Amino acid sequence: MLNYILRRVFYAIPILIGVNLITFLLFFVVNTPDDMARMHLGVKHVTPESVEQWKDERGYNKPLAFNAEAAGLEKVTDTIFYQNSVNLFAFEFGRSDAGRDIGYDISQRMWPSLILAIPIFVIGLLSNITFALIVAFFRSSYIDVWGVVLCVVLMSISGMFYIIGGQFLIGKVLHLVPISGFDMANTFKFAVLPVLIGVVSGIGTGTRWYRTIFLEEIEKDYVRTARAKGLPESLVLFKHVLKNGMIPILTGAVVVLPLLFMGSLILESFFGIPGLGSYTIDAIGSQDFAIVRSMVFLGSVLYIVGLILTDISYTIVDPRIRLQ
Amino acid sequence: MSVKLLLRHPLISSLPIALVVIWAIGIFASGAQSVFLWTDVLVYILVLTICVFALISSSREHLRDPWRQIVQHKLGMLSLVVLLVYVLIGLLDSVHFRLPLVVENATAEQKTVHEGEVLSVLDLLVTPIRIQEEKTYSAPFATHLHTTETIERPDGSRERTYPRLEYGGAHLENPRTDKYSDIAMNSVLGVLVGLIIWSAIVLMVLFILAMQKQANVSAIAKMILSGSSLVPWRLILATVGFMCLLLGLMIILGPKYHILGTDKVGQDVLFQSLKSIRTGLVIGTLSTLIMLPFAVLLGIMAGYFRGWMDDVIQYLYTTLNSIPGILLIAASVLMIQVYMANNPQMFESDAERADARLFFLCVILGITSWTGLCRLLRGEALKIRTVDFVQASQAFGVSNFKIIWRHIQPNVMHIILIAVVLDFSGLVLAEAVLSYIGVGVDPTMHSWGNMINGARLEMARDPIVWWSLLAAFIFMFALVLAANLFSDAVRDAFDPRLRKQ
Repeated sequence: MLNYILRRVFYAIPILIGVNLITFLLFFVVNTPDDMARMHLGVKHVTPESVEQWKDERGYNKPLAFNAEAAGLEKVTDTIFYQNSVNLFAFEFGRSDAGRDIGYDISQRMWPSLILAIPIFVIGLLSNITFALIVAFFRSSYIDVWGVVLCVVLMSISGMFYIIGGQFLIGKVLHLVPISGFDMANTFKFAVLPVLIGVVSGIGTGTRWYRTIFLEEIEKDYVRTARAKGLPESLVLFKHVLKNGMIPILTGAVVVLPLLFMGSLILESFFGIPGLGSYTIDAIGSQDFAIVRSMVFLGSVLYIVGLILTDISYTIVDPRIRLQ
Repeated sequence: MSVKLLLRHPLISSLPIALVVIWAIGIFASGAQSVFLWTDVLVYILVLTICVFALISSSREHLRDPWRQIVQHKLGMLSLVVLLVYVLIGLLDSVHFRLPLVVENATAEQKTVHEGEVLSVLDLLVTPIRIQEEKTYSAPFATHLHTTETIERPDGSRERTYPRLEYGGAHLENPRTDKYSDIAMNSVLGVLVGLIIWSAIVLMVLFILAMQKQANVSAIAKMILSGSSLVPWRLILATVGFMCLLLGLMIILGPKYHILGTDKVGQDVLFQSLKSIRTGLVIGTLSTLIMLPFAVLLGIMAGYFRGWMDDVIQYLYTTLNSIPGILLIAASVLMIQVYMANNPQMFESDAERADARLFFLCVILGITSWTGLCRLLRGEALKIRTVDFVQASQAFGVSNFKIIWRHIQPNVMHIILIAVVLDFSGLVLAEAVLSYIGVGVDPTMHSWGNMINGARLEMARDPIVWWSLLAAFIFMFALVLAANLFSDAVRDAFDPRLRKQ
């Protein structure tokens, strides 16, 4: 087991190097630091001096990948590639283009993100499974047909309309909770509406997906055996089918677990919650390339962690699968 | 190609013909200068591809049979009608030109001068709602502005009041009393116009069907009315009727009122929604069109050749896949923005710049979304290469290229088709989110994302400005719902696992 995990971690390294190269190419080769400086300074204020100063303040005035002027090992280390990309492997994100410490900002902002993301994930998973089981229990009846149609309808509504509708109805018309904002001391009041909307907007896709999983299970032989030996349909469904259907559901859910850190982009931005999602959006809005670069790297690390966790969780929930 | 074959696909084959005819009439009648935007060219290529695909599948039984099933699928056909209406509007909006500048007593040289603004056929068709701009917000069917203004009376006194709209309900003398009866009268007229258009279409369909089946028209009409036709014509024609009613109301009420209100700068919201259709469709289809060659080629190659090629391609898509999609898109779009800001000389007009950005967005969305299909195709190719008929061909010394073309490609066609249709609605929804984040289409381009973005800030207003949101919601919802329902029908018909049941 430990051997396997170590090997998987080892496999992840070339992928992370690839991600690093892609971000490096995107951020420093497609457009040189000079281009970024000109963009940031605006057309009016561009002078060669101001461009140099902008680059100097952010450490972008070094050669891209090879420094011929430096001595010894510094030929490679005293470059933009080494300073701004390779350092990401050690989770040293450096300073944002506005001068703030990105590592500190991330450690502060991940908590509000988690406060939203974890309840949305848990409640969403439970309610989707419940609805899917109900629809599967009444399969090929009108409840099933209309349930699926309802799911498709719910799927077809853009996530932004769930947010706008929820804010309008609950925040503005009913005045139950504040429309937006966040306060660490009074979390529940501010988090309940975004969590609710996060859960509701995922019901359509989730229920439909889990329904197909359950229906696939129901076709299998062991279900027929269970029915043949006289078990009531409810027991077949809730004991046998649910247990076996949970394997693909749980392993599918594990992949996204680490990514919960990243928060939800539009939900946090609409509700003004100071999490990592709105951090990313603000960085995109103010064209802060250093933050976007860090978040791209962080996101891919978390995704790879999720993949490894998925493989491990397979062995835990499904004894047929052995890792070698 | 025989006439019979053409008649068999009246809808598919008439689309490009209609496009060419409209384009030709538009150009020659007005002396306009045609403009080909990048995405226009791609849209034409896409239409051509679909036609070729339709012709190919009409001669192959294994492709024709699923289509026969779709054509008989009620919900599928209903959504197809809705989709086709959207596609028609999108195509009308994809024929661009510059009108000649109107100069009195023009010399020969001046006659060749054209206006700077790039227009489309759709722009011309909806001219009244395009040019009737108010000062600022006004509610649907309003006759007065949504905000108060200080007006100076003739006697010198000042008063804060809601001023009359310049165009909306301007024909009414006394809007407070006449408005509702006028709207009702015009609605009746609009319904009548819709009914006339509808009956023309119904008659056309009846005659084509009668010609095809060599039966008389009344027998066909009876069959459709009773709902016993194999293709659910009754439902299709009812949907077409509903669309015609909307069209009729739009034709009559559109020039007199702002049916969906006006936005902050006074532009008609209905016009914006109609213009946004092309943006949504282009993103939903072109992104897939751009990524398809890569995904198909790389996926089949990885699965068929295995070895180092498989390793390289797998590494490539795992790496791309591990970057969260929205962040990769955001990073790429930011970089394109920087590039475009530093190279403004590349684009002649604002429309071309906005279009170039739309094109790049499609490319970026394509690059980030090919991995899923590639992985599916690799797995399928891995399976097929071990099947007996492929092994036999290899033993006979058939070249790899021929095996891929003759044996692998036909066997993965259904996967490609299902993936294309399934991706569409997701891409349309993604456009709105990306535009909201600020990495979507150009802010000057009409799109549902930009409409939502603009209207979102007005939520805090009192009384609330809701019509932009409602319009974007309805137009988007209808398109995505139709696409989702249609893709379900396509999947049911083409997926061999589902077909058996």
